[in-house]
Amino acid sequence: MNWTLALPEIVLGISGLLILAGGVIPKKDSFFPVSMAVIGALVLTAALVLGQGEGTAFMGQYVSDGFSRFAKVLILAGAALALVLALDFNAKAGLDRFEYAVLMLFAAQGMMVMVSANDLMSLYIGLELLSLSLYVIAAFDRDNARSAEAGLKYFVLGALASGLLLYGSSLVYGFAGTTNFDRLADALSSGQVGMGLVIGLVFVLAGLCFKISAVPFHMWTPDVYEGAPTPVTAFFATAPKIAAIALLMRVLAGPFGDLSAQWQQVIWFASAGSMLLGAFAALTQKNIKRLMAYSSIGHVGYALMGLAVATDGGFRGVLVYMAIYLVMNLGTFAVLVAMRRNGKTLEQVDDLAGLGRTDPQMALWMAIFMFSMAGVPPMAGFFGKLYVFLAAVQEGFWVLALIGVFTSVVGSYYYLRIIKVMYFDAAQAPLDPRSAGVTVVMAGTGLLTLLFFLFPAPIIAAAQSAIVALAG
Amino acid sequence: MLAVGLAHYLTVGAVLFVLGILGIFLNRKNIIVILMSVELILLSVNLNLVAFSAQLGDLTGQIFAMLILTVAAAEAAIGLAILVIYFRNRGTIEVEDVSTLKG
Repeated sequence: MNWTLALPEIVLGISGLLILAGGVIPKKDSFFPVSMAVIGALVLTAALVLGQGEGTAFMGQYVSDGFSRFAKVLILAGAALALVLALDFNAKAGLDRFEYAVLMLFAAQGMMVMVSANDLMSLYIGLELLSLSLYVIAAFDRDNARSAEAGLKYFVLGALASGLLLYGSSLVYGFAGTTNFDRLADALSSGQVGMGLVIGLVFVLAGLCFKISAVPFHMWTPDVYEGAPTPVTAFFATAPKIAAIALLMRVLAGPFGDLSAQWQQVIWFASAGSMLLGAFAALTQKNIKRLMAYSSIGHVGYALMGLAVATDGGFRGVLVYMAIYLVMNLGTFAVLVAMRRNGKTLEQVDDLAGLGRTDPQMALWMAIFMFSMAGVPPMAGFFGKLYVFLAAVQEGFWVLALIGVFTSVVGSYYYLRIIKVMYFDAAQAPLDPRSAGVTVVMAGTGLLTLLFFLFPAPIIAAAQSAIVALAG
Repeated sequence: MLAVGLAHYLTVGAVLFVLGILGIFLNRKNIIVILMSVELILLSVNLNLVAFSAQLGDLTGQIFAMLILTVAAAEAAIGLAILVIYFRNRGTIEVEDVSTLKG
Protein backbone atom coordinates (compact mmCIF):
# COMPACT_ATOMS: atom_id res chain seq x y z
CA MET A 1 0.00 0.00 0.00
CA ASN A 2 1.48 3.24 -1.18
CA TRP A 3 0.41 5.47 1.74
CA THR A 4 3.34 7.88 1.42
CA LEU A 5 1.56 9.35 -1.59
CA ALA A 6 -0.93 10.97 0.79
CA LEU A 7 1.88 12.49 2.88
CA PRO A 8 0.57 16.11 2.66
CA GLU A 9 -2.81 15.16 4.13
CA ILE A 10 -1.23 12.91 6.76
CA VAL A 11 1.24 15.61 7.83
CA LEU A 12 -1.54 18.21 7.98
CA GLY A 13 -3.79 15.92 10.01
CA ILE A 14 -1.06 15.02 12.52
CA SER A 15 -0.03 18.68 12.86
CA GLY A 16 -3.68 19.50 13.49
CA LEU A 17 -3.87 17.01 16.35
CA LEU A 18 -0.57 18.22 17.85
CA ILE A 19 -1.61 21.87 17.57
CA LEU A 20 -4.96 21.07 19.14
CA ALA A 21 -3.20 19.40 22.08
CA GLY A 22 -0.72 22.28 22.31
CA GLY A 23 -3.51 24.83 22.34
CA VAL A 24 -5.28 23.28 25.32
CA ILE A 25 -2.28 23.21 27.65
CA PRO A 26 -1.59 26.96 28.31
CA LYS A 27 -3.84 28.61 30.90
CA LYS A 28 -4.17 31.90 29.06
CA ASP A 29 -5.55 32.20 25.59
CA SER A 30 -3.30 31.03 22.78
CA PHE A 31 -5.08 32.21 19.63
CA PHE A 32 -2.11 34.02 18.10
CA PRO A 33 0.61 31.35 18.56
CA VAL A 34 -1.79 28.60 17.51
CA SER A 35 -2.75 30.54 14.39
CA MET A 36 0.91 30.99 13.54
CA ALA A 37 1.47 27.27 14.00
CA VAL A 38 -1.51 26.51 11.74
CA ILE A 39 -0.25 28.87 9.05
CA GLY A 40 3.14 27.16 9.34
CA ALA A 41 1.49 23.74 8.95
CA LEU A 42 -0.45 24.94 5.89
CA VAL A 43 2.74 26.30 4.26
CA LEU A 44 4.62 23.08 5.05
CA THR A 45 1.77 21.07 3.51
CA ALA A 46 1.80 23.27 0.40
CA ALA A 47 5.53 22.54 0.02
CA LEU A 48 4.82 18.81 0.34
CA VAL A 49 2.02 19.10 -2.23
CA LEU A 50 4.39 20.68 -4.72
CA GLY A 51 6.73 17.69 -4.34
CA GLN A 52 3.92 15.11 -4.35
CA GLY A 53 4.20 12.15 -6.69
CA GLU A 54 1.44 10.87 -8.98
CA GLY A 55 -0.69 7.77 -8.74
CA THR A 56 -3.40 6.21 -6.61
CA ALA A 57 -3.26 4.97 -3.03
CA PHE A 58 -5.45 3.33 -0.38
CA MET A 59 -6.89 0.78 -2.82
CA GLY A 60 -7.91 3.39 -5.34
CA GLN A 61 -9.61 5.70 -2.83
CA TYR A 62 -7.05 8.46 -3.20
CA VAL A 63 -5.52 9.92 -6.34
CA SER A 64 -2.75 12.44 -6.74
CA ASP A 65 -2.22 14.13 -10.11
CA GLY A 66 -1.53 17.56 -11.60
CA PHE A 67 -5.17 18.54 -11.16
CA SER A 68 -5.26 17.77 -7.44
CA ARG A 69 -1.95 19.56 -6.90
CA PHE A 70 -3.20 22.71 -8.66
CA ALA A 71 -6.39 22.79 -6.59
CA LYS A 72 -4.60 21.96 -3.33
CA VAL A 73 -2.10 24.80 -3.68
CA LEU A 74 -4.97 27.25 -4.24
CA ILE A 75 -6.91 25.80 -1.28
CA LEU A 76 -3.95 25.99 1.11
CA ALA A 77 -3.11 29.54 0.02
CA GLY A 78 -6.74 30.58 0.45
CA ALA A 79 -7.00 29.01 3.91
CA ALA A 80 -3.73 30.55 5.12
CA LEU A 81 -4.63 34.05 3.88
CA ALA A 82 -8.15 33.81 5.32
CA LEU A 83 -6.56 32.96 8.67
CA VAL A 84 -4.26 36.00 8.37
CA LEU A 85 -7.35 38.15 7.88
CA ALA A 86 -8.88 36.70 11.05
CA LEU A 87 -5.90 37.41 13.35
CA ASP A 88 -6.63 41.03 14.16
CA PHE A 89 -10.39 40.91 13.66
CA ASN A 90 -10.94 38.02 16.05
CA ALA A 91 -8.80 39.63 18.76
CA LYS A 92 -10.87 42.82 18.58
CA ALA A 93 -14.23 41.02 18.32
CA GLY A 94 -13.50 38.72 21.28
CA LEU A 95 -13.32 35.65 19.03
CA ASP A 96 -9.66 34.94 19.76
CA ARG A 97 -10.13 31.32 20.79
CA PHE A 98 -7.55 28.94 19.39
CA GLU A 99 -10.14 26.44 18.14
CA TYR A 100 -10.82 28.81 15.24
CA ALA A 101 -7.41 28.19 13.67
CA VAL A 102 -7.58 24.44 14.30
CA LEU A 103 -11.02 24.21 12.68
CA MET A 104 -9.67 26.00 9.62
CA LEU A 105 -6.82 23.50 9.47
CA PHE A 106 -9.22 20.56 9.52
CA ALA A 107 -11.43 22.26 6.94
CA ALA A 108 -8.33 22.58 4.72
CA GLN A 109 -7.58 18.90 5.23
CA GLY A 110 -11.14 18.00 4.26
CA MET A 111 -10.83 20.07 1.09
CA MET A 112 -7.57 18.32 0.20
CA VAL A 113 -9.23 14.93 0.59
CA MET A 114 -12.11 16.17 -1.58
CA VAL A 115 -9.94 17.17 -4.52
CA SER A 116 -7.94 13.93 -4.22
CA ALA A 117 -11.01 11.73 -3.94
CA ASN A 118 -11.13 8.84 -6.38
CA ASP A 119 -14.09 7.05 -4.86
CA LEU A 120 -17.54 8.05 -3.68
CA MET A 121 -16.54 7.11 -0.13
CA SER A 122 -13.46 9.35 0.08
CA LEU A 123 -15.49 12.07 -1.62
CA TYR A 124 -18.07 11.85 1.16
CA ILE A 125 -15.49 11.74 3.98
CA GLY A 126 -13.64 14.79 2.63
CA LEU A 127 -16.85 16.72 2.10
CA GLU A 128 -18.08 15.97 5.62
CA LEU A 129 -14.75 16.86 7.23
CA LEU A 130 -15.01 20.23 5.47
CA SER A 131 -18.70 20.72 6.22
CA LEU A 132 -18.54 19.82 9.91
CA SER A 133 -15.69 22.31 10.41
CA LEU A 134 -17.58 24.99 8.50
CA TYR A 135 -20.82 24.51 10.49
CA VAL A 136 -18.89 25.20 13.68
CA ILE A 137 -16.97 28.26 12.49
CA ALA A 138 -20.12 29.78 10.98
CA ALA A 139 -21.56 29.80 14.51
CA PHE A 140 -18.22 30.75 16.07
CA ASP A 141 -19.48 34.07 17.48
CA ARG A 142 -21.60 32.05 19.85
CA ASP A 143 -22.96 34.97 21.92
CA ASN A 144 -24.33 36.61 18.78
CA ALA A 145 -27.79 35.50 17.70
CA ARG A 146 -27.05 36.22 14.02
CA SER A 147 -23.95 34.03 13.97
CA ALA A 148 -25.80 31.21 15.74
CA GLU A 149 -28.64 31.49 13.24
CA ALA A 150 -26.17 31.41 10.33
CA GLY A 151 -24.62 28.26 11.76
CA LEU A 152 -28.01 26.65 12.27
CA LYS A 153 -29.25 27.42 8.76
CA TYR A 154 -26.01 26.23 7.22
CA PHE A 155 -26.15 23.05 9.24
CA VAL A 156 -29.73 22.14 8.33
CA LEU A 157 -29.33 22.82 4.62
CA GLY A 158 -25.83 21.32 4.52
CA ALA A 159 -27.08 18.12 6.13
CA LEU A 160 -29.90 17.99 3.57
CA ALA A 161 -27.37 18.41 0.74
CA SER A 162 -25.21 15.62 2.18
CA GLY A 163 -28.32 13.46 2.28
CA LEU A 164 -29.07 14.15 -1.39
CA LEU A 165 -25.46 13.41 -2.32
CA LEU A 166 -25.50 10.14 -0.38
CA TYR A 167 -28.80 9.01 -1.81
CA GLY A 168 -27.37 9.64 -5.26
CA SER A 169 -24.19 7.77 -4.33
CA SER A 170 -26.21 4.77 -3.15
CA LEU A 171 -28.09 4.63 -6.46
CA VAL A 172 -24.88 4.99 -8.47
CA TYR A 173 -23.32 2.20 -6.43
CA GLY A 174 -26.32 -0.04 -6.85
CA PHE A 175 -26.75 0.39 -10.57
CA ALA A 176 -23.07 0.53 -11.57
CA GLY A 177 -21.84 -2.00 -8.99
CA THR A 178 -18.87 0.05 -7.79
CA THR A 179 -18.00 3.30 -6.04
CA ASN A 180 -14.51 3.66 -7.50
CA PHE A 181 -14.21 6.45 -10.08
CA ASP A 182 -11.95 4.50 -12.47
CA ARG A 183 -14.23 1.45 -12.45
CA LEU A 184 -17.30 3.67 -12.74
CA ALA A 185 -15.78 5.24 -15.85
CA ASP A 186 -15.22 1.74 -17.29
CA ALA A 187 -18.74 0.62 -16.40
CA LEU A 188 -20.31 3.71 -17.98
CA SER A 189 -18.20 3.73 -21.14
CA SER A 190 -20.32 1.01 -22.74
CA GLY A 191 -23.00 3.59 -23.44
CA GLN A 192 -25.81 1.54 -21.89
CA VAL A 193 -27.04 3.80 -19.12
CA GLY A 194 -30.06 2.91 -17.02
CA MET A 195 -32.54 5.31 -15.52
CA GLY A 196 -31.41 4.51 -11.96
CA LEU A 197 -27.89 5.66 -12.76
CA VAL A 198 -29.08 8.94 -14.26
CA ILE A 199 -31.25 9.64 -11.20
CA GLY A 200 -28.27 8.88 -8.97
CA LEU A 201 -26.10 11.25 -11.01
CA VAL A 202 -28.66 14.04 -10.69
CA PHE A 203 -28.84 13.59 -6.89
CA VAL A 204 -25.03 13.69 -6.64
CA LEU A 205 -25.01 16.85 -8.78
CA ALA A 206 -27.65 18.45 -6.54
CA GLY A 207 -25.58 17.75 -3.44
CA LEU A 208 -22.46 19.23 -5.01
CA CYS A 209 -24.32 22.26 -6.44
CA PHE A 210 -25.38 23.05 -2.89
CA LYS A 211 -21.75 23.21 -1.77
CA ILE A 212 -20.82 25.66 -4.54
CA SER A 213 -24.09 27.57 -3.92
CA ALA A 214 -25.29 27.32 -7.52
CA VAL A 215 -28.94 28.10 -8.31
CA PRO A 216 -31.34 26.46 -7.29
CA PHE A 217 -29.39 25.44 -4.17
CA HIS A 218 -28.14 28.91 -3.30
CA MET A 219 -30.67 29.96 -0.64
CA TRP A 220 -28.37 29.44 2.33
CA THR A 221 -25.57 31.63 0.95
CA PRO A 222 -26.81 35.20 1.65
CA ASP A 223 -27.98 34.39 5.18
CA VAL A 224 -24.83 32.53 6.15
CA TYR A 225 -22.52 35.13 4.61
CA GLU A 226 -24.34 37.92 6.42
CA GLY A 227 -24.64 36.23 9.81
CA ALA A 228 -21.16 34.70 10.12
CA PRO A 229 -18.26 36.86 11.35
CA THR A 230 -16.51 38.63 8.44
CA PRO A 231 -13.26 36.57 8.42
CA VAL A 232 -15.38 33.41 8.39
CA THR A 233 -17.30 34.76 5.42
CA ALA A 234 -13.96 35.50 3.74
CA PHE A 235 -13.02 31.85 4.20
CA PHE A 236 -16.42 30.54 3.03
CA ALA A 237 -16.25 32.58 -0.15
CA THR A 238 -12.82 31.38 -1.23
CA ALA A 239 -11.21 28.00 -0.49
CA PRO A 240 -14.32 25.78 -0.09
CA LYS A 241 -15.69 27.08 -3.40
CA ILE A 242 -12.46 26.08 -5.17
CA ALA A 243 -12.51 22.64 -3.55
CA ALA A 244 -16.16 22.01 -4.41
CA ILE A 245 -15.77 23.18 -8.03
CA ALA A 246 -12.65 21.02 -8.40
CA LEU A 247 -14.54 18.06 -6.96
CA LEU A 248 -17.44 18.67 -9.32
CA MET A 249 -15.01 18.79 -12.26
CA ARG A 250 -13.33 15.58 -11.20
CA VAL A 251 -16.65 13.74 -10.81
CA LEU A 252 -18.12 15.02 -14.07
CA ALA A 253 -15.00 14.71 -16.23
CA GLY A 254 -13.90 11.37 -14.74
CA PRO A 255 -16.49 8.71 -13.91
CA PHE A 256 -19.40 10.51 -15.56
CA GLY A 257 -17.47 11.80 -18.57
CA ASP A 258 -19.42 9.48 -20.89
CA LEU A 259 -22.74 10.77 -19.54
CA SER A 260 -21.97 14.37 -20.51
CA ALA A 261 -25.16 14.58 -22.58
CA GLN A 262 -27.11 14.02 -19.35
CA TRP A 263 -25.27 16.40 -17.01
CA GLN A 264 -24.55 19.19 -19.48
CA GLN A 265 -28.20 20.32 -19.43
CA VAL A 266 -28.25 20.37 -15.63
CA ILE A 267 -25.05 22.42 -15.46
CA TRP A 268 -26.35 24.70 -18.24
CA PHE A 269 -29.40 25.64 -16.19
CA ALA A 270 -27.43 25.94 -12.95
CA SER A 271 -24.98 28.26 -14.73
CA ALA A 272 -27.60 30.47 -16.37
CA GLY A 273 -29.69 30.63 -13.18
CA SER A 274 -26.70 31.49 -11.00
CA MET A 275 -25.53 34.25 -13.32
CA LEU A 276 -29.00 35.82 -13.53
CA LEU A 277 -29.73 35.57 -9.81
CA GLY A 278 -26.25 36.81 -8.87
CA ALA A 279 -26.71 39.88 -11.07
CA PHE A 280 -30.30 40.85 -10.23
CA ALA A 281 -30.66 39.91 -6.54
CA ALA A 282 -27.55 41.92 -5.62
CA LEU A 283 -28.87 45.16 -7.11
CA THR A 284 -30.89 46.18 -4.05
CA GLN A 285 -28.56 44.94 -1.31
CA LYS A 286 -27.42 47.44 1.35
CA ASN A 287 -25.36 45.00 3.41
CA ILE A 288 -22.01 44.49 1.70
CA LYS A 289 -21.55 40.92 2.97
CA ARG A 290 -24.93 39.99 1.55
CA LEU A 291 -23.96 41.70 -1.68
CA MET A 292 -20.76 39.65 -1.82
CA ALA A 293 -22.85 36.51 -1.31
CA TYR A 294 -24.90 37.24 -4.43
CA SER A 295 -21.71 38.23 -6.22
CA SER A 296 -20.19 34.84 -5.38
CA ILE A 297 -23.31 33.07 -6.68
CA GLY A 298 -22.85 34.98 -9.94
CA HIS A 299 -19.16 34.07 -10.16
CA VAL A 300 -19.95 30.41 -9.64
CA GLY A 301 -22.37 30.76 -12.56
CA TYR A 302 -19.55 32.00 -14.82
CA ALA A 303 -17.29 29.16 -13.69
CA LEU A 304 -20.05 26.62 -14.38
CA MET A 305 -20.32 28.01 -17.92
CA GLY A 306 -16.88 26.53 -18.62
CA LEU A 307 -18.03 23.25 -17.07
CA ALA A 308 -21.20 23.16 -19.18
CA VAL A 309 -19.06 23.39 -22.32
CA ALA A 310 -17.32 20.16 -21.23
CA THR A 311 -14.23 20.56 -23.40
CA ASP A 312 -10.62 20.86 -22.27
CA GLY A 313 -10.73 24.58 -23.07
CA GLY A 314 -13.83 25.00 -20.92
CA PHE A 315 -12.33 23.08 -18.00
CA ARG A 316 -9.14 25.14 -18.25
CA GLY A 317 -11.26 28.30 -18.19
CA VAL A 318 -12.92 27.10 -14.98
CA LEU A 319 -9.57 26.56 -13.25
CA VAL A 320 -8.22 29.95 -14.35
CA TYR A 321 -11.48 31.59 -13.30
CA MET A 322 -11.40 30.01 -9.84
CA ALA A 323 -7.73 30.98 -9.29
CA ILE A 324 -8.53 34.60 -10.17
CA TYR A 325 -11.73 34.48 -8.13
CA LEU A 326 -9.76 33.34 -5.08
CA VAL A 327 -7.31 36.24 -5.37
CA MET A 328 -9.81 39.03 -5.93
CA ASN A 329 -12.27 37.74 -3.34
CA LEU A 330 -9.59 37.49 -0.65
CA GLY A 331 -8.62 41.09 -1.43
CA THR A 332 -12.21 42.31 -1.24
CA PHE A 333 -12.74 40.58 2.07
CA ALA A 334 -9.49 42.07 3.39
CA VAL A 335 -11.17 45.45 2.84
CA LEU A 336 -14.39 44.26 4.52
CA VAL A 337 -12.45 42.91 7.51
CA ALA A 338 -10.80 46.35 7.87
CA MET A 339 -14.21 48.11 7.95
CA ARG A 340 -14.36 49.09 11.61
CA ARG A 341 -15.03 52.45 13.20
CA ASN A 342 -14.65 53.23 16.93
CA GLY A 343 -14.27 49.51 17.59
CA LYS A 344 -17.55 48.52 15.91
CA THR A 345 -17.66 46.37 12.79
CA LEU A 346 -19.41 47.93 9.81
CA GLU A 347 -21.31 45.99 7.15
CA GLN A 348 -23.26 48.53 5.10
CA VAL A 349 -22.23 49.73 1.66
CA ASP A 350 -22.81 53.32 2.83
CA ASP A 351 -20.20 52.92 5.55
CA LEU A 352 -17.58 53.08 2.78
CA ALA A 353 -18.70 56.63 1.88
CA GLY A 354 -15.81 58.98 1.27
CA LEU A 355 -13.19 56.29 1.73
CA GLY A 356 -11.36 57.81 -1.25
CA ARG A 357 -10.50 60.82 0.91
CA THR A 358 -10.17 59.29 4.38
CA ASP A 359 -8.13 56.25 3.32
CA PRO A 360 -7.00 56.60 -0.32
CA GLN A 361 -4.83 53.49 -0.26
CA MET A 362 -7.61 51.11 0.80
CA ALA A 363 -10.07 52.80 -1.55
CA LEU A 364 -7.67 52.25 -4.43
CA TRP A 365 -7.34 48.52 -3.72
CA MET A 366 -11.10 48.20 -3.29
CA ALA A 367 -11.64 49.99 -6.62
CA ILE A 368 -9.23 47.54 -8.30
CA PHE A 369 -11.12 44.56 -6.86
CA MET A 370 -14.50 45.97 -7.87
CA PHE A 371 -13.31 46.69 -11.44
CA SER A 372 -11.90 43.17 -11.57
CA MET A 373 -15.15 41.57 -10.35
CA ALA A 374 -17.09 43.60 -12.88
CA GLY A 375 -14.74 42.26 -15.57
CA VAL A 376 -13.19 45.54 -16.69
CA PRO A 377 -9.93 45.06 -18.63
CA PRO A 378 -7.04 44.93 -17.85
CA MET A 379 -7.92 43.55 -14.40
CA ALA A 380 -7.60 39.83 -13.76
CA GLY A 381 -11.37 39.29 -13.59
CA PHE A 382 -11.68 40.21 -17.26
CA PHE A 383 -9.36 37.38 -18.30
CA GLY A 384 -11.20 34.91 -16.12
CA LYS A 385 -14.44 35.72 -17.92
CA LEU A 386 -12.67 35.86 -21.30
CA TYR A 387 -11.48 32.25 -21.14
CA VAL A 388 -14.85 30.76 -20.21
CA PHE A 389 -16.73 32.93 -22.73
CA LEU A 390 -14.24 31.96 -25.47
CA ALA A 391 -14.73 28.28 -24.72
CA ALA A 392 -18.52 28.69 -24.70
CA VAL A 393 -18.57 30.55 -28.03
CA GLN A 394 -16.20 28.09 -29.69
CA GLU A 395 -18.49 25.19 -28.81
CA GLY A 396 -21.61 27.01 -29.93
CA PHE A 397 -23.08 27.80 -26.51
CA TRP A 398 -24.29 31.15 -27.78
CA VAL A 399 -27.27 31.56 -25.48
CA LEU A 400 -25.21 30.87 -22.38
CA ALA A 401 -22.46 33.26 -23.50
CA LEU A 402 -25.02 35.99 -24.23
CA ILE A 403 -26.62 35.53 -20.80
CA GLY A 404 -23.11 35.83 -19.34
CA VAL A 405 -22.38 39.08 -21.15
CA PHE A 406 -25.79 40.48 -20.19
CA THR A 407 -25.40 39.61 -16.50
CA SER A 408 -21.86 41.06 -16.48
CA VAL A 409 -23.31 44.36 -17.61
CA VAL A 410 -26.06 44.25 -14.98
CA GLY A 411 -23.58 43.14 -12.32
CA SER A 412 -21.19 45.98 -13.04
CA TYR A 413 -23.90 48.34 -11.74
CA TYR A 414 -23.46 47.27 -8.14
CA TYR A 415 -19.70 46.92 -8.34
CA LEU A 416 -19.38 50.41 -9.77
CA ARG A 417 -21.88 51.72 -7.20
CA ILE A 418 -19.38 50.81 -4.47
CA ILE A 419 -16.68 52.79 -6.29
CA LYS A 420 -19.08 55.72 -6.61
CA VAL A 421 -19.89 55.58 -2.88
CA MET A 422 -16.19 55.54 -2.02
CA TYR A 423 -15.14 58.44 -4.23
CA PHE A 424 -18.16 60.72 -4.67
CA ASP A 425 -20.26 60.48 -1.50
CA ALA A 426 -19.83 62.77 1.51
CA ALA A 427 -16.97 61.55 3.67
CA GLN A 428 -17.67 59.97 7.05
CA ALA A 429 -15.29 59.73 10.00
CA PRO A 430 -12.15 57.74 9.12
CA LEU A 431 -12.03 54.01 9.80
CA ASP A 432 -9.92 52.59 12.62
CA PRO A 433 -6.29 51.84 11.68
CA ARG A 434 -5.93 48.34 10.26
CA SER A 435 -3.34 45.73 11.08
CA ALA A 436 -0.26 45.09 8.96
CA GLY A 437 -1.42 41.58 8.03
CA VAL A 438 -4.63 42.86 6.46
CA THR A 439 -2.72 45.52 4.54
CA VAL A 440 -0.28 42.92 3.22
CA VAL A 441 -3.11 40.64 2.01
CA MET A 442 -4.90 43.61 0.43
CA ALA A 443 -1.82 44.89 -1.37
CA GLY A 444 -0.60 41.45 -2.44
CA THR A 445 -3.90 40.32 -3.92
CA GLY A 446 -4.42 43.82 -5.36
CA LEU A 447 -1.12 43.70 -7.22
CA LEU A 448 -1.87 40.20 -8.53
CA THR A 449 -5.29 41.37 -9.74
CA LEU A 450 -3.89 44.49 -11.35
CA LEU A 451 -0.80 42.98 -12.99
CA PHE A 452 -2.20 39.59 -14.03
CA PHE A 453 -2.28 40.66 -17.69
CA LEU A 454 1.53 41.03 -17.68
CA PHE A 455 2.20 37.42 -16.69
CA PRO A 456 -0.81 35.20 -17.40
CA ALA A 457 1.35 32.43 -18.93
CA PRO A 458 2.40 30.55 -15.73
CA ILE A 459 -1.17 30.30 -14.42
CA ILE A 460 -2.60 29.31 -17.80
CA ALA A 461 0.15 26.72 -18.25
CA ALA A 462 -0.43 25.29 -14.77
CA ALA A 463 -4.18 25.07 -15.43
CA GLN A 464 -3.49 23.45 -18.80
CA SER A 465 -1.29 20.72 -17.31
CA ALA A 466 -3.88 20.18 -14.55
CA ILE A 467 -6.57 19.62 -17.19
CA VAL A 468 -4.36 17.23 -19.13
CA ALA A 469 -4.03 15.19 -15.93
CA LEU A 470 -7.80 15.32 -15.36
CA ALA A 471 -8.85 14.35 -18.87
CA GLY A 472 -6.02 11.90 -19.56
CA MET B 1 -45.60 -16.31 0.34
CA LEU B 2 -44.11 -13.13 -0.97
CA ALA B 3 -40.32 -13.04 -1.17
CA VAL B 4 -38.73 -9.77 -0.05
CA GLY B 5 -36.45 -8.65 -2.86
CA LEU B 6 -34.32 -5.69 -3.83
CA ALA B 7 -37.30 -3.74 -5.12
CA HIS B 8 -39.00 -3.84 -1.73
CA TYR B 9 -35.94 -2.54 0.06
CA LEU B 10 -35.51 0.24 -2.50
CA THR B 11 -39.15 1.20 -2.14
CA VAL B 12 -38.86 1.43 1.64
CA GLY B 13 -35.66 3.44 1.20
CA ALA B 14 -37.32 5.83 -1.22
CA VAL B 15 -40.34 6.27 1.07
CA LEU B 16 -38.08 7.03 4.06
CA PHE B 17 -36.06 9.45 1.94
CA VAL B 18 -39.13 11.34 0.76
CA LEU B 19 -40.50 11.42 4.32
CA GLY B 20 -37.21 12.93 5.49
CA ILE B 21 -37.27 15.60 2.75
CA LEU B 22 -40.90 16.44 3.49
CA GLY B 23 -40.12 16.57 7.19
CA ILE B 24 -37.56 19.30 6.53
CA PHE B 25 -39.66 21.38 4.15
CA LEU B 26 -43.19 20.99 5.52
CA ASN B 27 -42.21 21.09 9.18
CA ARG B 28 -43.32 24.40 10.72
CA LYS B 29 -42.80 23.51 14.36
CA ASN B 30 -39.52 22.51 15.84
CA ILE B 31 -35.88 22.31 14.75
CA ILE B 32 -35.41 19.01 16.59
CA VAL B 33 -37.87 17.50 14.09
CA ILE B 34 -35.56 18.69 11.29
CA LEU B 35 -32.62 16.88 12.90
CA MET B 36 -34.76 13.74 13.09
CA SER B 37 -35.64 14.12 9.41
CA VAL B 38 -31.94 14.35 8.53
CA GLU B 39 -31.33 11.09 10.38
CA LEU B 40 -34.22 9.54 8.48
CA ILE B 41 -32.62 10.52 5.16
CA LEU B 42 -29.29 9.00 6.20
CA LEU B 43 -31.00 5.80 7.34
CA SER B 44 -32.78 5.47 4.00
CA VAL B 45 -29.38 5.75 2.29
CA ASN B 46 -27.95 3.06 4.56
CA LEU B 47 -30.86 0.76 3.80
CA ASN B 48 -30.29 1.29 0.08
CA LEU B 49 -26.57 0.60 0.36
CA VAL B 50 -26.97 -2.57 2.39
CA ALA B 51 -29.70 -3.87 0.07
CA PHE B 52 -27.54 -3.22 -3.00
CA SER B 53 -24.55 -4.76 -1.24
CA ALA B 54 -26.46 -7.97 -0.58
CA GLN B 55 -27.83 -8.00 -4.12
CA LEU B 56 -24.44 -7.45 -5.76
CA GLY B 57 -22.55 -9.77 -3.40
CA ASP B 58 -20.08 -6.94 -2.83
CA LEU B 59 -18.95 -5.67 0.59
CA THR B 60 -18.31 -2.05 -0.49
CA GLY B 61 -21.87 -0.98 0.22
CA GLN B 62 -21.73 -2.26 3.79
CA ILE B 63 -18.42 -0.50 4.41
CA PHE B 64 -19.96 2.69 3.03
CA ALA B 65 -22.95 2.25 5.37
CA MET B 66 -20.64 1.92 8.39
CA LEU B 67 -18.85 5.12 7.36
CA ILE B 68 -22.15 6.95 7.05
CA LEU B 69 -23.24 5.75 10.50
CA THR B 70 -20.12 7.17 12.15
CA VAL B 71 -20.23 10.47 10.27
CA ALA B 72 -23.95 10.82 11.02
CA ALA B 73 -23.18 10.53 14.74
CA ALA B 74 -20.62 13.35 14.48
CA GLU B 75 -23.03 15.41 12.43
CA ALA B 76 -25.84 14.99 14.97
CA ALA B 77 -23.48 16.01 17.79
CA ILE B 78 -22.49 19.20 15.97
CA GLY B 79 -26.09 19.96 15.02
CA LEU B 80 -27.26 19.67 18.62
CA ALA B 81 -24.35 21.84 19.81
CA ILE B 82 -25.30 24.58 17.35
CA LEU B 83 -28.93 24.20 18.41
CA VAL B 84 -27.91 24.71 22.06
CA ILE B 85 -26.04 27.98 21.36
CA TYR B 86 -28.95 29.12 19.23
CA PHE B 87 -31.38 28.45 22.07
CA ARG B 88 -29.14 30.32 24.52
CA ASN B 89 -29.24 33.39 22.30
CA ARG B 90 -32.86 33.36 21.29
CA GLY B 91 -34.70 31.34 23.91
CA THR B 92 -36.68 29.46 21.24
CA ILE B 93 -36.21 26.68 18.71
CA GLU B 94 -39.40 27.25 16.75
CA VAL B 95 -38.73 27.06 12.99
CA GLU B 96 -40.80 30.22 12.40
CA ASP B 97 -38.48 32.26 14.60
CA VAL B 98 -35.33 31.44 12.61
CA SER B 99 -35.76 34.49 10.40
CA THR B 100 -33.54 37.30 11.66
CA LEU B 101 -31.42 37.08 8.52
CA LYS B 102 -33.32 37.77 5.32
CA GLY B 103 -33.42 40.22 2.46
